[in-house]
Order: sequence, then structure tokens, then C-alpha cells
Amino acid sequence: MASVSLSNLTKTFGAVNAVAGIDLNIADGEFVALLGPSGCGKTTTLRMISGLEIPTAGVVRIGDRDVTDLPPRDRDVAMVFQDYALYPHMTIDENIGYPLRVRGVAKGERSQRVSEVAKNLQIGELLDRRPGQLSGGQQQRTALARAVIHNAQVFLFDEPLSNLDAKLRLEARAFLKHLQREVAVTGVYVTHDQSEAMALADRIVIMNAGRIMQVGTPLEIYRRPANTFVATFIGNPPMNLLPCTLDTAARKLVIAGKYPINAESFNLPKASPGETLLLGIRPEHIRIETQATPDGFPGDVYVDQILGSESLIILHVGEHLVSVRLFGDDFPQLPPNVWLVPDSTRAFFYRESGEVAE
Amino acid sequence: MKPLTRLLLIIVVTALGLFFVLPLLWYVFAPFNEHARLSVSIPETPSLANFAEVFSDEMAMRGLLINSPIIGIGTMVIATVSAALAAYGLSRSNLPGRQLWTYVLILFSSVVTGTASMVPIFRLVYDLGLINSHVGVILSMTGGLIPSAIFIMQDFVEGVPRSYEEAAMVAGASPLQIFRDVTFPLIRPGLMVVGIWVLIHAWGTFLTPFILLRGIEKLPASVMFYRFFDPEGSPRITLIAAYAIIYTLPVLLLYLIINWRYGFRFFGGIKQ
Amino acid sequence: MFILPALIFVAVFLIYPFFSIFAMSFTNQTLVGAGAANTQFIGLDNYAELFNFDRWMRRGELGYSLLLTAQFVIGSALIGQAGLGMLLATLFHNRKGLLRETIFTIAIAAWLIPDVVVAFGWFAYLAPDGTLNAFLNTLGIQGQDWLFDYPMISIIAFNTWRGTAFSMLLFSSALGSIPPSQLETADVIGANAWQKFRDILLPQLSRYILTDLLLITLWTFNTFTPFLLTGGGPTFQTDLISIYTYRTGLQFFQFGKGSAIAVVVMIINLLLAGVYLTLSQSRRRA
Ligand SMILES: Nc1ncnc2c1ncn2[C@@H]1O[C@H](COP(=O)(O)OP(=O)(O)O)[C@@H](O)[C@H]1O
Ligand SMILES: [Mg+2]
Repeated sequence: MASVSLSNLTKTFGAVNAVAGIDLNIADGEFVALLGPSGCGKTTTLRMISGLEIPTAGVVRIGDRDVTDLPPRDRDVAMVFQDYALYPHMTIDENIGYPLRVRGVAKGERSQRVSEVAKNLQIGELLDRRPGQLSGGQQQRTALARAVIHNAQVFLFDEPLSNLDAKLRLEARAFLKHLQREVAVTGVYVTHDQSEAMALADRIVIMNAGRIMQVGTPLEIYRRPANTFVATFIGNPPMNLLPCTLDTAARKLVIAGKYPINAESFNLPKASPGETLLLGIRPEHIRIETQATPDGFPGDVYVDQILGSESLIILHVGEHLVSVRLFGDDFPQLPPNVWLVPDSTRAFFYRESGEVAE
Repeated sequence: MKPLTRLLLIIVVTALGLFFVLPLLWYVFAPFNEHARLSVSIPETPSLANFAEVFSDEMAMRGLLINSPIIGIGTMVIATVSAALAAYGLSRSNLPGRQLWTYVLILFSSVVTGTASMVPIFRLVYDLGLINSHVGVILSMTGGLIPSAIFIMQDFVEGVPRSYEEAAMVAGASPLQIFRDVTFPLIRPGLMVVGIWVLIHAWGTFLTPFILLRGIEKLPASVMFYRFFDPEGSPRITLIAAYAIIYTLPVLLLYLIINWRYGFRFFGGIKQ
Repeated sequence: MFILPALIFVAVFLIYPFFSIFAMSFTNQTLVGAGAANTQFIGLDNYAELFNFDRWMRRGELGYSLLLTAQFVIGSALIGQAGLGMLLATLFHNRKGLLRETIFTIAIAAWLIPDVVVAFGWFAYLAPDGTLNAFLNTLGIQGQDWLFDYPMISIIAFNTWRGTAFSMLLFSSALGSIPPSQLETADVIGANAWQKFRDILLPQLSRYILTDLLLITLWTFNTFTPFLLTGGGPTFQTDLISIYTYRTGLQFFQFGKGSAIAVVVMIINLLLAGVYLTLSQSRRRA
């Protein structure tokens, strides 16, 4: 295993700035997820680490080697592709053993290691088949087996679960997590699915438009989103952002320009007089009251959805939409007009530029 | 379906069937008829005498067994390899609009073709000293067939995801290993289809060898065919019928083989 | 780098001839005789000879040959091959079975069998005592000496028969790419066969049709195979432009004049290609 470090990594395709100067250090044995919307440059970053793409600028280090200009085969990395890239003309056995074959490992040792890995991944029975005869989940594990068979320094995954259906995806996710616990590999895992990133990664790198928006552990990112992009990207449904101003004299927070609430318990940021801030509050951190209260602002119920273990209420606050998440299956009968009380310890303030305000 | 529509349909299909079948009917019987004439007639006693006589004609057999195969296989190998390399190179390059380029190339080859291009090609081959040599014929035919060959090949090459090769690169394979283990096995159907397509064309083409070859000992079957005409131009029908069958059979067999193995994927991707 | 071998072939056998034809067409080059030893630049003389409007519509001259070629292309390519190809492709769309396999296989065989073999087959077919007349006689129709009395119709039928497979295959693979659900939706709505063809299939086939017409027009324009059937005769009645070029350039080895004809042919081809491409572009924008 080895560490990976990227500095000022940049890639442009013609006029497109796919990756715009990324700095990132991944420790030995650390599993990092690159998370971001489609087209934000995750795959390109991964391909620059693997050597499939040569950076326009910047440096890639694996361990203490500068590998920026080395071809993939001199980097000692392993990669799982989104479409698995299993060779249709080879058996599962040959597919998994291929990295050993090109390294000149003798046949006897090769088949021994293949059956070992295959057994670990529960595809030991399928070695004589061809990829076309396997289910999606089995193909995915074959691709995984081909990656882990040679003990690479770094493992790279490009949305390896995105081609599976929902149930298989959960299974495969648990499986990957287990594997990673056991082997503690250095890994870079690209995904656009936040729950996958949350579940699997030691640290998450959130990207947007070729740049890093925030790096942190899953909990840090959930608890302290550094900007409105991260705040609205993480969490489902996304965090509510409501414009507000501070009335320091009256110790009030004025929501949506017209609803003052008690500001005492909030951890208020510095703000110039009259500056509009955004109050960020997650749907699960809002309480609904049926009586007026100085801690809450009024909202009109727009729709409610009962989802079993939780319910989701969407309300109009002024001209803004606010979502509230209630846990438990005892869904309360709500009157059309209610008061929303944000949990002041879980509220964030952002400036209009998008940066968190402290 | 209404009875009238049905009747109409039957008439149309029958007419189409006859239109395509009738011209070939003669070849079904004449080769086996010792006394065949231009009229179609079922021989009373089918015989192989016509074939026997053709087989005993040394020059005719030379055209069929030596010259046509040299020209056909030579053109096939050169055209297929160059087309495969080009299609591969194009598909793995970032050249914008690469499908369009081959399309333009096909158009261009359809413009510079036939007798119009034979004049300068004749002179070129003449200047190269390749008149009356198989090499001259092979090279000229290759030049004309390459655009379409690239086009057919592209269909197959583009069907191979790039990630197959990338996975091999990451697995540690050298470019040579990648080609041998991954690319070649995956484009083999394309090579077969293009190869056979070129072979069928080179085998059947008349004009190019007719113009570029002189000596009778060099002629492929397509031109040798005219050996069975008397000096004053009247055909020796029995022998022509038999020779035509032997000459055509490989083409039909090859077609059946690719149709059965790979499906007949000709120009499936032409759009524009 | 991979492209290099193909590029060399294209350069030597397509691009070089293209320009060399232009150059040669301004000379009096011949293979033997005065023009061979001492080739001279003679400017537009070859063209002047070709476009001598007093005589160019006479049999065996350029204008007459172009007229014949136009009839041949319209008859055998546009109406014959494309029309029949479309008919066959739609008739057998979404159908399987022996009938389809048989007709398709024979049409494809007609396309693949070597030139000389089909030419002689048709020679026998159209002969006064040939298969066609025998067949017509059984229907009670008087036979004809087709190649002698109706040479143009004969080669049009021949070339239609020979080349339909290409259009048929192209259209049928194009039809195959149209999702069956579209036709099923039309069935549910209640469209009849002709309405389905006109409203659903035809619009989606239009770009394939243009491509097909373009290619088969060019190929038919340049095909030499009818020569094997009629030799350009009788009395120049099937003297297609390809045969005219052949006679001048390669039978009589008048390279200069032959090239001038070739230039005219290529310019017409390029114009045709230009018209089709413009059409397809404007269709795409519309
Ligand atoms: N080979 C390429 N050529 C041109 N543009 C590319 C290429 N690969 C990626 N891009 C562009 O770079 C951007 C980032 O792509 P990618 O890294 O694949 O995004 P992600 O994996 O996050 O969805 C996109 O805008 C994409 O269109
Ligand atoms: Mg991606």
C-alpha cells in the first residue's frame, strides 16, 4: 500500500476545464471517495491517477514516486471500471488471472491465486463461464477480483456499483465495506451517490466544476458543510436555505424578510448591518408547532408524503419552500397553518457568496 | 387483411421472386447438360462432361486455381490489414468527426472510380513497370476498396469499448500484449467480414485485371472467362456454364459462411 | 501512425489519379504514335473536341453518351434499385421465414456473383430463345430479341437486378433501427399500412434514402458491367459514359482525350454529390 498525493492537478480538453487544479493527500491505507454531480471531473481525476490520462499540469505521486508521466503499467495501480470491462472472449478464470499473466506469473501459481480470490468473492463456482453468462452482481465481483488479484499500491474505482439495481447495490456496498475493513487498502472511489460515499469512505472529497469544494470525514461534511454547494449536495432531501437578516438590537433573526424569531440560542456569525445571510437548516432539524411561538416562523403546508419510517412535509414560507422531515410512523394530523422551529444548535449561516459565515 | 390486399401482395411477391430467380435459372441446368444452348432446358441425362472438359483446360484452371487466388488473397490481406489499422487508429484518436471523414472518403472513391480512374491508373502502373503483373492489379484494387473496407471495419472497432484496452493497460499489459490478448480477439469478426468482403470483390472484378494484365498465363478467372469464346466471338456455351459455376461457388460459400457466423453486417451504420 | 498504410493507398490510387487526370486532359498524350513520344500541352483542345456542339449528340459522341447514362441512372438506380430495394425492405420488415430468406439470399447473390458470370447469365436469359422468352411464351406473350431491339431497357433491368441488394440491405437495417413500439402505437391508433409507411417509416428513413441514392447514383454512373452484356451496342445505343471513356482512353489509348472525358465525368459526379449533400444538410436543419 502507498499514499497518493495530487498537487495542482489540472486537465483541460480543448476549452473544457475538466479538472481545475486539485490538491489532495491520501494517506497510506486510507479510502477516499470523490463525490460530485455528473461532469464535475471525478473520472478525469481518477484516470490521471491511473495514468490513462496525462495531466495538463500538476503532479501525481504514489508513495514517494513522481508518476505523473508514467504509463499505467508502471504505476502499480488496480482499477474497476464503471462497465467492468470484462473481456467477453475470456473465461472468468482468464479474466481474473489476466493481470498476473501479463506479469509472467506461472500458470500453477496463477490458478491457485485466482481460485483463492474468487472464493473470497463468492464466484469460485463460476470460473469456467464467460462474462456474458453472469449476472450483474457476479460480473461486478469478477471485476473486483481482477483488481485485487495483484496486490496493487492503490485501488481505483469508477462508479463500480452504478450499473447494479438498488438491492444488489446495497449488498455490494456492504461487501465492499467488509473487504475494505479486512484489507485496509489505499483506495480512491468515484461516485455520484452520496450515501455510497458516506457508507464507504474514510474521507469524502466533494467536487464541483473541476474543483474541490470540501474535504472531510462523512460526519464532518454532514455536520459542517463549508459552503452552500456542499450543504445542498449532501443530505436527502437537501438542506433548506432561507434568507434572513440579523436584528442585533432586538436580538431577533428576521426570516424571509418578515418573520422575526428569537435569536438568543443561535450561534450568530459576524455580519454587517442589514447584510442578508442564508439560514441553513436540515429538514430533520425543524420542529413543527401548531401554536404560534416566538422561536418559530409560520408556514403553510403544501404537500405531505408518508414514507413509512418517516414523513416529509413541504411548506410555503413566504415565497420559499421548506421541507421538514419527521421520524416515526405516527404521522400527526396537521392544520394548514403551522409554525416551524429550527434547532438552533444545528443551524448554519452562509454568506451570499456561498461561504459559511462564522 | 382484406382478401384483395392479400391477392395483391401475393402477386407482387411472386413477380419480385420471378424477377430475381429467372435470370439465374439457366445456370442451374446448363452446366450439367452436354448439349446446352442459350435456351433453358432440363437435360435428359445430367452429365459432368462439361466440367471434365473445363478441368482438362490447363489455362482455364490456372486462372481459377492460381491467378484468381493470388489476386484475391493478396488484395484481401493488404486491404484488410491496412483498413483495420486505419479504422483502429481513427477510432482511438481524438480526431473530430472521424465517421464523416470515412464517409467523404467513400464518396471520393465513388467519384474516382471505374473507367474514369483507369486511365491514370493504367499510366501509373505502366510507369511503375507493373503492367502484366499481379502486384499492379493487387495494389490498384486495394486502393479502390480501402475506403469502404475502413468504413465496414469502423462499425466493429467502435463496438469495442475503450475501457477494455484501458483495463489491460492498468492491469500492466504492454501495447503488444494489449493488441494480442484484447484488441485482436475482439475485432476478429470485423477482420473476417471485411476480409471476405474484399475477397469477393477482388475475385469478381473484371475491369482492373482486364486492363492491367496482358499475358494469358497471368489472367484471373474473370478475364479467362473469355477464353471460351471463339475468335469470332461466339461463346462455347457448355464450357462457359460449367466454368461459371466453379468460378462462382467460392463466392457463394464465403457469403454463406459470414452470413451464418457473423450476420451480414454491410453498411449497417451508414447515416448522414 | 496506424493510418499510414491506408493513407498511402488512398493518396496513390485515389488522390493522385484525380489530379493526374486533370493534368493529362490538357495534353495530346497517347500510348503509341506521335503523342507518345512527344506529348504536348494542347490546352482545351480535347474539351473543344468533346463539346463540339455540332456533332456531340451524334451516336458515339459525348452528349449522346451522357443522355444514355442519364436514362440508365434514373431507370436502374433511382427507380429500379432504390424503388425495389425499398419495396422489398418494407414488405419483409419485421417478418421472418423461408420466403424472406429466399428472396433476400437470391438478391444478395445477384449482387455478389462475379461480373462476367452475371453478364453471361443475362445474355442467355435475354437471348431470342432464352429463358425470358420461353417464360413469356408460356404466358402467351410474343418473345423479343431483347438485347438487339431493346438494349437500353435490357441493361436497365440487368443493373436493377444486379444492384438492388445494396439498397434493400441498407433500408432493411435502417427499418430495423426503428423501435417496433412506434408501429404498434400506430396500429393502436388505427393507421393503415400505407399511412404507417408514409407517416412513420418514410420520415425516419429519409437520411438513409439520401445516402443510398447518392451512393448508387455514383456507382451506376461509373459501372462498366453493361459493357459485358452489350459491348456498348448495338450501334452505340448503350454507349454509357463509362464505356465511352473506356473506348477512348483504354481501347484506342488516347490518354489525353480519355482523361478529358474522365474529368467531365468526375465533375458531374462531384456536382451530384454536392446536390445530395446540400439536400441532406437542409433536411437536417429543417
Ligand atoms: N476525452 C474527453 N474529451 C473531451 N471532454 C472530456 C473528455 N473526458 C471528459 N471530458 C469532459 O470533462 C468534464 C469532466 O468529465 P468527467 O471527469 O468524466 O466527469 P464525471 O466523471 O465527474 O462525471 C466533462 O465536462 C466532460 O464532458
Ligand atoms: Mg464519470
